[in-house]
Amino acid sequence: MSDGRSQTLAAIRRSLKRGEIAGAAAAPLEARLKDHRRNLIPARATSLDHLGQVALFVKMAEGVQASVARVSTAADVPGEIAQYLAALNLPAKAVLAPDPSLDDIPWQDRPLLDLHKGRAEDGDGAGITACFAGIAETGTLMLLSGPESPTRNNFLPDTHIVILRDKQILAAYEDGWDALRAKNTGMPRTVNFITGPSRTADIEQRIELGAHGPRRLHIVLIDDGK
Amino acid sequence: MRPQSHAFKANARAALGDANLQQAMNNLKTGFVARRAAVVALLPEWENLRDAAIAIKKHTLTHLDFYLEAFERQVVAQGGHVHWCRDAAEANATVLKICRALGAKTVTKGKSMIGEEMAVNDYLAANGVTPVETDLGEYILQIRNEPPSHIIAPAIHLVKEQVAESFRQTHTELDPARPLDDARQMCDEARGILRKSFLAADVGITGANFLIAETGSSIIVTNEGNGDLTQSLPRAHIVLASLEKVVPTLEDASTILRLLARSATGQEFSAYTTISTGPRRAADIDGPGEYHVVLLDNGRSALLGSEFEDMLRCIRCAACLNHCPVYAAIGGHSYGWVYPGPMGAVLTPSLIGISEAGNLPNASTFCGRCEEVCPMKIPLPRMMRHWREREYERHLSPARARWGLAVWAFLVTHPALYRPLAEIAARALGFFGGSRGRFRTLPFAGGWTDGRDMPAPQGRSFHALWAERQRGRA
Repeated sequence: MSDGRSQTLAAIRRSLKRGEIAGAAAAPLEARLKDHRRNLIPARATSLDHLGQVALFVKMAEGVQASVARVSTAADVPGEIAQYLAALNLPAKAVLAPDPSLDDIPWQDRPLLDLHKGRAEDGDGAGITACFAGIAETGTLMLLSGPESPTRNNFLPDTHIVILRDKQILAAYEDGWDALRAKNTGMPRTVNFITGPSRTADIEQRIELGAHGPRRLHIVLIDDGK
Repeated sequence: MRPQSHAFKANARAALGDANLQQAMNNLKTGFVARRAAVVALLPEWENLRDAAIAIKKHTLTHLDFYLEAFERQVVAQGGHVHWCRDAAEANATVLKICRALGAKTVTKGKSMIGEEMAVNDYLAANGVTPVETDLGEYILQIRNEPPSHIIAPAIHLVKEQVAESFRQTHTELDPARPLDDARQMCDEARGILRKSFLAADVGITGANFLIAETGSSIIVTNEGNGDLTQSLPRAHIVLASLEKVVPTLEDASTILRLLARSATGQEFSAYTTISTGPRRAADIDGPGEYHVVLLDNGRSALLGSEFEDMLRCIRCAACLNHCPVYAAIGGHSYGWVYPGPMGAVLTPSLIGISEAGNLPNASTFCGRCEEVCPMKIPLPRMMRHWREREYERHLSPARARWGLAVWAFLVTHPALYRPLAEIAARALGFFGGSRGRFRTLPFAGGWTDGRDMPAPQGRSFHALWAERQRGRA
């Protein structure tokens, strides 16, 4: 529909009473797109040191009904997850994202925790994923899609368990964007910012958790300074 | 949806007498309004963030063609498509064409106000493609065959008993004796039913809160996760977006996102903010194989450079609805088209014409709360006044109102006549008001006195008091 395109652009320019922006006039706009200039960022998280940011992340995440378990090494993760599921009377079973960043976790230490690697399907009760970052400002997890981190694993299971490392906690969303750009792999198909479990207030403004996405969000935070 | 804005007065009257509606609308204050105030108070930078966001939007609108073309280049570079559509008919045809090319039978849909503008559900259904709304509120309305009454809480006008009744009528495959007494049970029922739709859909349609020129991405902000299941499971993801949704960079979107959820639901951040860029990558094991952006003008380009340009800064947070005494009294359906409340009173005449929607900008007390809470500081009362002026200029307002205004204008521009007349009128009203000091009815003012008493003037006029005060000073 190139007709719609040229007519829409012409209508915009007519209303703005000017022609196409080109050449020297376009240069500052091109630069604005490339500079990634930051606007005002609230001091809430940026004014803290890293320890303070970790504490803020935990507080904010718990404030939106996520649960956070802090463990000191990767070796503690399988036990923590087994306990978490058992405490809720949920089956010791989960789909594990095929993410190599989870390979240092000794899953085999907990043979009764039944894991299968791959993408989540309907009926998977719990899913375990890694994440790209934690944003302290609002207790938000940042997850990237990819062959090893399918997006659906963040949404289909009733229980979403996320492994987060202390060093991944950043102050603001903008720090997340910079970290993503530094990877130099381009934009993934999907970036998910997740702040607490799924919820709705569509019936009489009463907040209910677990509308369509996970009913529970459990964050296992590895405090090993790595 | 065929506009019913011309029937605003009758709609509003009916709404005031609707007990369910009045009960449901009572939840506004304790919900959105209180929650917004609480989270705004937690952010000392709030006012500065508003100014930063306004600057971003103004800059973008001034260079809208540039940023839209930049956005398009990035979408194409990522393997996606941009479809420029001038009106709803072109946009609907585009969506249908994409669905047909995939042989799509069912389409899941995330909440989209642009979809409402297009009436895309009706169009798809009439052409053999079944649309399923997946936002809980929108789903409830779809099975009730009603339009949304609020831009972020579409079923806010309903009480839970009405929802339960609709679920029983629609979900006939379930046990008729099942309990459906509270929101939890209804959420779970809808979750189970819609999960099947998510898995079966061929195409997923979402709206967009932002388009990012830098990366060619679209962003949706949701709480339920329905938008994510809608776009990640089917074979194609179609984004419905209007022109003014574009912002230059991810940083710019991040700034406005800090305002959006706080203004809308009073959350620090919504549960899900999702940035989608192109179709699934070659090695990905999930995600849609196609990514289409349907970019709709539908009258917006004509608002640029006009006295209504500021309206294009609107981020659809609904704070102006939540804080509007008129909206709270009559609900969203009274406004008769897609956009209710103060933002609707300005936008609706822009998009469907003042002759259809002339009542809307008149339905305001000009209390100014809408502009006060608008994160983008859109001067809504001023723009409603612009519409009233246009309506008057085009002789669309009723004859009695025009005559009344003409007489009033003549009197107030002739003080020698106005003062004695006002004096007499005030004394007469004061006299007839008698010991009660108020009127139950007044000729020509039935619309006002039907709902409340008119206080009778007491004592002397402002002019007399002022003159005395000046004398006292001298």
